[in-house]
Amino acid sequence: MAYSDKVLDHYNHPRNVGSLDKQDPQVGTGLVGAPECGDVMKLQIKVNPATGIIEDAKFKTFGCGSAIASSSLATEMLKGRTVDEALAIKNTEIVNELSLPPVKIHCSVLAEDAIKAAISDYKTKNGVAAETAQTA
Amino acid sequence: MLKFPIYLDNHATTPLDPRVLEAMMPYFLESFGNAASRNHAFGWVAEEAVEKARKQVAELIGATAKEIVFTSGATESNNLAIKGVAEMYSQKGNHIITAATEHKAVLDTCKRLEKRGCRVTYLPVQADGLIDLDMLKEAITDKTVLVSIMYGNNEIGTLQDIPAIAGICRERGVLLHTDATQAVGKIPVNVLADNIDLMSLSGHKMYGPKGVGALYVRRKNPRVQLTAQMDGGGHERGMRSGTLNVPGIVGLGKAAELANQLMAGESAQHRALRDRLKDKLMAELDEVYINGTMERRLPHNLNISFAYVEGESLLMGINDIAVSSGSACTSATLEPSYVLKALGAGDDLAHSSIRFGIGRFTTEEEIDYTAAKVIDVVKKLRELSPLYEMVKEGIDLTKVEWPAH
Repeated sequence: MAYSDKVLDHYNHPRNVGSLDKQDPQVGTGLVGAPECGDVMKLQIKVNPATGIIEDAKFKTFGCGSAIASSSLATEMLKGRTVDEALAIKNTEIVNELSLPPVKIHCSVLAEDAIKAAISDYKTKNGVAAETAQTA
Repeated sequence: MLKFPIYLDNHATTPLDPRVLEAMMPYFLESFGNAASRNHAFGWVAEEAVEKARKQVAELIGATAKEIVFTSGATESNNLAIKGVAEMYSQKGNHIITAATEHKAVLDTCKRLEKRGCRVTYLPVQADGLIDLDMLKEAITDKTVLVSIMYGNNEIGTLQDIPAIAGICRERGVLLHTDATQAVGKIPVNVLADNIDLMSLSGHKMYGPKGVGALYVRRKNPRVQLTAQMDGGGHERGMRSGTLNVPGIVGLGKAAELANQLMAGESAQHRALRDRLKDKLMAELDEVYINGTMERRLPHNLNISFAYVEGESLLMGINDIAVSSGSACTSATLEPSYVLKALGAGDDLAHSSIRFGIGRFTTEEEIDYTAAKVIDVVKKLRELSPLYEMVKEGIDLTKVEWPAH
């Protein structure tokens, strides 16, 4: 199978590889997929609590080249957006940007899931934190 | 000087040996006759070439020339052997025994026969890739007409104990077919010594041309009969109709002759290169697992899983080396290799597997380059792998509740 130039570029030069501190309340972590399915994505966001803007995003992915490229692209798309803007990201944007063939669409779906999981983790953490702050 | 891409996928196909091509050439142009033309020189020349090739193939496997049926390749040979026996011996019984790790040409043939009323037992394999001989003994019934177990596995290179399996079949009066496509020409295979009744082989897996293969059909002790699966002019003693592929058959014969001459030296050389590759990879990388036993294995095969690295992404990083992976992403079905799954090691290791196949033209320099490149890319991909990070943090991946996907 031939890969698009953009997939190759993300594979050869993945953006924002790494990990953020899971314990940090500003950080939301999404871990999706499963090893026996052949892909696992960990995607993390760091949100500025004052502005709600995602200031940093990191990923690590076990998966094919398209899965790596999808999550690498996702971190690029996330930076600078607000949490709510990030929630609006659709897998089809990733498909179009990377010119993914039909058999690789699930990679983009997984990336969208990872974004949603990271935001949900951040919201859970901070929802609880905010309420605790109010009651205190 | 290294030439790229490096070819290490010799289980998929082997390059044609130039000596084979040279032997074939005259049969495309000046000696183009139909081997079945009995009344002129064109036919005689072609027939003579075919009979020479038949002897060459027979000599390689310890058979007699009359026991060799030329086909279009091992897929056809497997189809002819299994369907031909099932049909011919249907009065005796309708039960066939095979194994879970067979090639699709055997498994799908058996599945079709199931639709036609046959009963098929698919023996599981143990973690080492071999069948349990006691299970085979127990599976044989008085309705069993055929056992079909491959000689050397095309993915993991494991060698079933064919002489022992043949002994069991003999004792119970059941025919044994073996798909020896990967083994013939690589290791000594002798149908007499091994007590094999039917055996499939292919030209392009032993430096011969594609589109030609053979089926060995035993003629004595016992005399095996087959129902032809291709109707027509009654070629190949009535077992396989169709005008003979003379240049292809000449090429197969020459390839068999060369294999016979070169095998001893070549298999030692392949084993040395294979072990060199294995040792280098295992010295530099942790959590590397060999799929299938190293004790009974084709000398040119290495099938290895690099845990926490997905196979297709590894192939992408070593794209100047031609190998294959058991990863789902590299298969048309999006399922990881059923052979690796059958070993019971878990799907995650199947996704992380790479098959290396060393060949006649592989050099030590190529092996060293490959080892260095694979080590480099695996390390990079592990830096990228959340699983490797989790394991290094001391998390047991089997205890993680992975979300449904």
